[in-house]
Amino acid sequence: MPDERNKPAEGEIQDGQRDGGRMFSSSRGKRGERGGGKSLLRLLRLLFSFYPRLLPFTLCCIFINACVSAMPAMFQQRVIAVIESSWKNGDWGGASKLIFRYVGILVILYIISIIAGFTYSRMMAVITQGSLMKLRERLFNGMQDLPIRFFDTHSHGDIMSYYTNDIDTLRQMIAMSLPQTLVSAISVTTVFCIMLYYSLWMTLVVVGGVLIMTRVVKSVGGGSSKYFMKQQREVAKTEGFVQEMMNGLKVVKVFNHEEKAGEDFDRINNELFRVSERANKYSNTLMPILGNIGNILYVIVAVVGGLLLALRVPNVSISGMALGISITVPFLNMTKQFAGQIGQVSNQINAVVMGLAGAGRIFSLMDEEPEKDEGYVTLVHCEEHDGKIVEVDRKTNSWAWKRKLEDGTVEFRPLRGHVEMEDVDFSYDGKKTVLKDIKVYAKPGQKVAFVGATGAGKTTITNLINRFYDIQKGRISYDGIDIKKIRKSDLRHSLGIILQETVLFSGTVMDNIRYGRLDATDQECIDAAKLAGADDFIMRLPKAYQTQIRGNGSNLSQGQRQLLSIARAAVANPPVMIMDEATSSIDTRTESIVQKGMDALMAGRTVFVIAHRLSTVQNSDVIMVLDHGRIIERGSHDELIAAKGNYYQLYTGAFELE
Amino acid sequence: METIKILSKSIREFRHASIMAPILVSGEVVMECIIPFITARFINEIKAGCGLSVIFSYGGILIVMAMISLIFGMGAGNYCATASTGFARNLRRDLFYKVQEFSFENIDHFDTASLVTRMTTDITNVQMAYMMLVRTAFRCPLMLIFSFTMAFVMGGKMAWIFIFVIPILASGLIYVMRRTLPLFRAVFKKYDRLNESIQENIAGMRVVKSFVREEYEKEKFDTAAENLGRDFTTAEKILAINGPLMQFCLYIVMVFVLGFGSYVVISSRGMDLDVGQLSSLLTYSFQILMSLMMLSMIFVMVTLSIESARRIAEVLETESSLKNPSIPIEDVMDGSIDFEHVSFKYHKDAERNVLSDIDLHIKPGETIGILGGTGSSKSSLIQLIPRLYDATEGTVRVGGVDVRDYDLAALRDQVSVVLQKNVLFSGTIKENLRWGNANATDEEIEKACVLARADEFIQQFPDKYDTYIEQGGSNVSGGQKQRLCIARALLKKPKILILDDSTSAVDTKTDALIRKGFREYIPETTKIIIAQRVASVQDADRIILLEKGRIAAIGTHQDLMDGNEAYREVFYSQHKYGGEENA
Repeated sequence: MPDERNKPAEGEIQDGQRDGGRMFSSSRGKRGERGGGKSLLRLLRLLFSFYPRLLPFTLCCIFINACVSAMPAMFQQRVIAVIESSWKNGDWGGASKLIFRYVGILVILYIISIIAGFTYSRMMAVITQGSLMKLRERLFNGMQDLPIRFFDTHSHGDIMSYYTNDIDTLRQMIAMSLPQTLVSAISVTTVFCIMLYYSLWMTLVVVGGVLIMTRVVKSVGGGSSKYFMKQQREVAKTEGFVQEMMNGLKVVKVFNHEEKAGEDFDRINNELFRVSERANKYSNTLMPILGNIGNILYVIVAVVGGLLLALRVPNVSISGMALGISITVPFLNMTKQFAGQIGQVSNQINAVVMGLAGAGRIFSLMDEEPEKDEGYVTLVHCEEHDGKIVEVDRKTNSWAWKRKLEDGTVEFRPLRGHVEMEDVDFSYDGKKTVLKDIKVYAKPGQKVAFVGATGAGKTTITNLINRFYDIQKGRISYDGIDIKKIRKSDLRHSLGIILQETVLFSGTVMDNIRYGRLDATDQECIDAAKLAGADDFIMRLPKAYQTQIRGNGSNLSQGQRQLLSIARAAVANPPVMIMDEATSSIDTRTESIVQKGMDALMAGRTVFVIAHRLSTVQNSDVIMVLDHGRIIERGSHDELIAAKGNYYQLYTGAFELE
Repeated sequence: METIKILSKSIREFRHASIMAPILVSGEVVMECIIPFITARFINEIKAGCGLSVIFSYGGILIVMAMISLIFGMGAGNYCATASTGFARNLRRDLFYKVQEFSFENIDHFDTASLVTRMTTDITNVQMAYMMLVRTAFRCPLMLIFSFTMAFVMGGKMAWIFIFVIPILASGLIYVMRRTLPLFRAVFKKYDRLNESIQENIAGMRVVKSFVREEYEKEKFDTAAENLGRDFTTAEKILAINGPLMQFCLYIVMVFVLGFGSYVVISSRGMDLDVGQLSSLLTYSFQILMSLMMLSMIFVMVTLSIESARRIAEVLETESSLKNPSIPIEDVMDGSIDFEHVSFKYHKDAERNVLSDIDLHIKPGETIGILGGTGSSKSSLIQLIPRLYDATEGTVRVGGVDVRDYDLAALRDQVSVVLQKNVLFSGTIKENLRWGNANATDEEIEKACVLARADEFIQQFPDKYDTYIEQGGSNVSGGQKQRLCIARALLKKPKILILDDSTSAVDTKTDALIRKGFREYIPETTKIIIAQRVASVQDADRIILLEKGRIAAIGTHQDLMDGNEAYREVFYSQHKYGGEENA
């Protein structure tokens, strides 16, 4: 019995594929929480690059709107001053001129402000949603170019949450926090200048008050962000637990385990409640605190103003005006405005902190190194003319490897499907060797099988042939060309792979088969399905080939999904096929029906087969028995049986295979 | 409405906080409204050139009021946080417990992913909406009424301007709401679908790369993302009218109050309206419009969360399709099983029966093998025994008693099923095994594992029985997982043990040893074994061959070899190379 004590490397790889449901893992929490400033700058740069004209224009509108909104207070004050000076004598005629002039100015300011406001809020909608869309596209497109290693080492839930959680945190930040901060900064500066214009002393009082407010924002707001971050983690935990329990719900029922599951859930749920209650308490109390500090500040300014007046302290100001009622009153209003703006900004704190953390994580994904490809040998359609291979544009049934030589001439080599591995060593992490001294010679048209326990390295071999991973030692060649020299996309085009875990995409059955070759006609897809033995059950589906597949084909049985993925590979019609447990879920009776199609599919091709059902591999030309990353036996079925070695033991059931 | 009624049952101990929050909010509102009133008078006093003492007394009053307002505000904030997060906790709990009660039929109806979404995203949405409701549902109308009253008290005739402005604002807001709501609803659905497609892409990355479809995937995604972005932009652009509309109305009021107000003040020599009143009028008009605006926002938020609320309520109001009888029988006498003309279909309105007219009598201690192709309803048959589903017609008896008369838990304790799609949970091996029997001693656990041939590999793990199993059991092989699941089922010490294709990944030799162990150590337990391999059932007392939900043949291995062509065919297909088939 093979040693399965250590978590097998192959298993590790599959883990990544499996737990797509898990939403977060501990590895991501901390990332991106630091370096907020850098993320902010980068985000801004990105936004400007998305909208090099629209964004500055919008910012101008925001600027205009903010300036204009700050000004009316001054004119209102003037109107009131006019009223005050003239109400006692009731001289409307005299006052009306001034009043109408001020009101007229106000109307103009208002109109500008509304136009600016209207423009910027609509533009902001465009910029926010447009930027999010572009970010999504960048993320997704960048992700397509990442090596398989990335997907194997990150849980799918983690990757998903870049798209769901992280991008969503940016929405509020771009749409609300950024403009709000700008508006507030502008108003605060304007008001501050006006304040200085009136009186330095009273300005100092206000500044003192604002300092206190920022302290409060820092402690309360900081606490709030801390707990919101914690809440995110608790939410992830709850989600993980719920996911696991929902997946195993039937098992829970069979074991009458409902109560125990409930208890476990209560613990996690209560913890989430505790943290999110704290988080919300912090954020809910911030506004009243700030608002009332504003009120108190108002009183203090009034008192100080009164005191200064009463004590006749000489005023220091830009305007050089003496302190008087005419200064105190507008000053009080400005105090309110000032405090109000601080409140507005601090309201955005959570959004900013979480948004920057999200941006940091998004950037970390964007910065992942894409899959490299130094290959220069390409795959082309060709024709033979007088024994010479000629490249052609149209589709033909023959392919050739095309290589540009140094002297500028082009060399063609016909595609045959001759794959060789020589002394290959491989390790996923550079530490634990997964494959050692692997030698495989697959001649064109041969069927080569790999047999071995979980973790023996069977799937790894296929990962190497199509260069999902690169080998550390040795050489893999395809028709005599080192596969490192072949352009990756062309190499993969020449290989058809049917994976252990069948993956189908949302769309019709037809779409899914056509995934193998996008320009395949309907008839070609149907032929492929017939070849794979899938036509039979497809015709029994409600809408046959037009039946929609949803949720990775959860409405199909595992066996049916495998048949579809065989059809998909068949339509691609590649010269070399790799079948990794392609028929493991098809029952033996159906398999014998499919077998004919499979034989037809395999005819004339080089085929690598991985299977634990030995009947699937018996008719292979060569069978390799893998154990702990080494090939321990090789030969045809009859040879291996005659040798009475490991294969014989497997065959007679002394070994357990997975 | 129905939805709200169902959800509100989960408020429970947070009723207090849910009531306190609005009360305190009201206090806060009162303060917020009085403070500008006092400040207006304060300013007048200052203008009139009052002395320091007046300033101090006004200042004192204002500070006290600010303090009161602060206390109210903080209190309200705290209660509101407790009420909304607490409500969410209860909802989550109720949902989870409800789902635990579900019958298999209910479970089939809601798929796993949707249950998870309901317990996470949907509840968060409801929590947010509830928070808004508790906080602002009282605040806005109160503010509105108060400000209105004050505006009329202060401004008299001037306040009629609102009669003119409010309809403008209201109709604008209603227009925005009516336009955006359906848009948002549609767009969120699209958004979900986009995320689904990302999920698919990530899960299928090997396929994408194998077929060199990166560019194709990019194009597909870009189209979908752009489409979504466009819809979002359209909706948000309409929503963006809200702010400027509000500004517009405010400005109309301002201009009117300033222009006409100054005329009134001056021409009446301050009799009809004085300066202080004029400034307060401006403040109140701001508050009135603000409240209206807030109201419309709440409305949008709440409406958007209604969909989530509905989805939660749908689960909460689902009644388990299996009910315990009123006087349940707690004891299962023996392991006999009787199917009396049983027919079964998964849905009432399904056309075809999954099982038709099954008549089968199994004696205690018998070993029954069940064979049949994919879709022959093998699993459906055995799921009726522990009453995972109810038979549509006919009766299933265990120990001579109709399964519907048993207490569900008692019945399932005695009928142990190893499901085909089996699951191990994250936790140690021991913890997983104790699912079978929470009080099992270490010896009992080991004994069960020896019987299931799991002990031999567990002993090889460095942590033995304390080895940690990853979620979904991804760090043990398929064969090991199956043997652990059998051991878990054995720990129940059931009268009936059912293995639903539970040794498919176990090698034939171990498989045989497990069955041998069953014969020797638990002879009195009735054993039902569903298998693909003939070898797994060959030595059973009787073998049932199922075909399309009917018993096609029944008998010993020899009987069937002699009398049943289909059985022979399967047997030979698995033995055509002479040796034993290994799966």
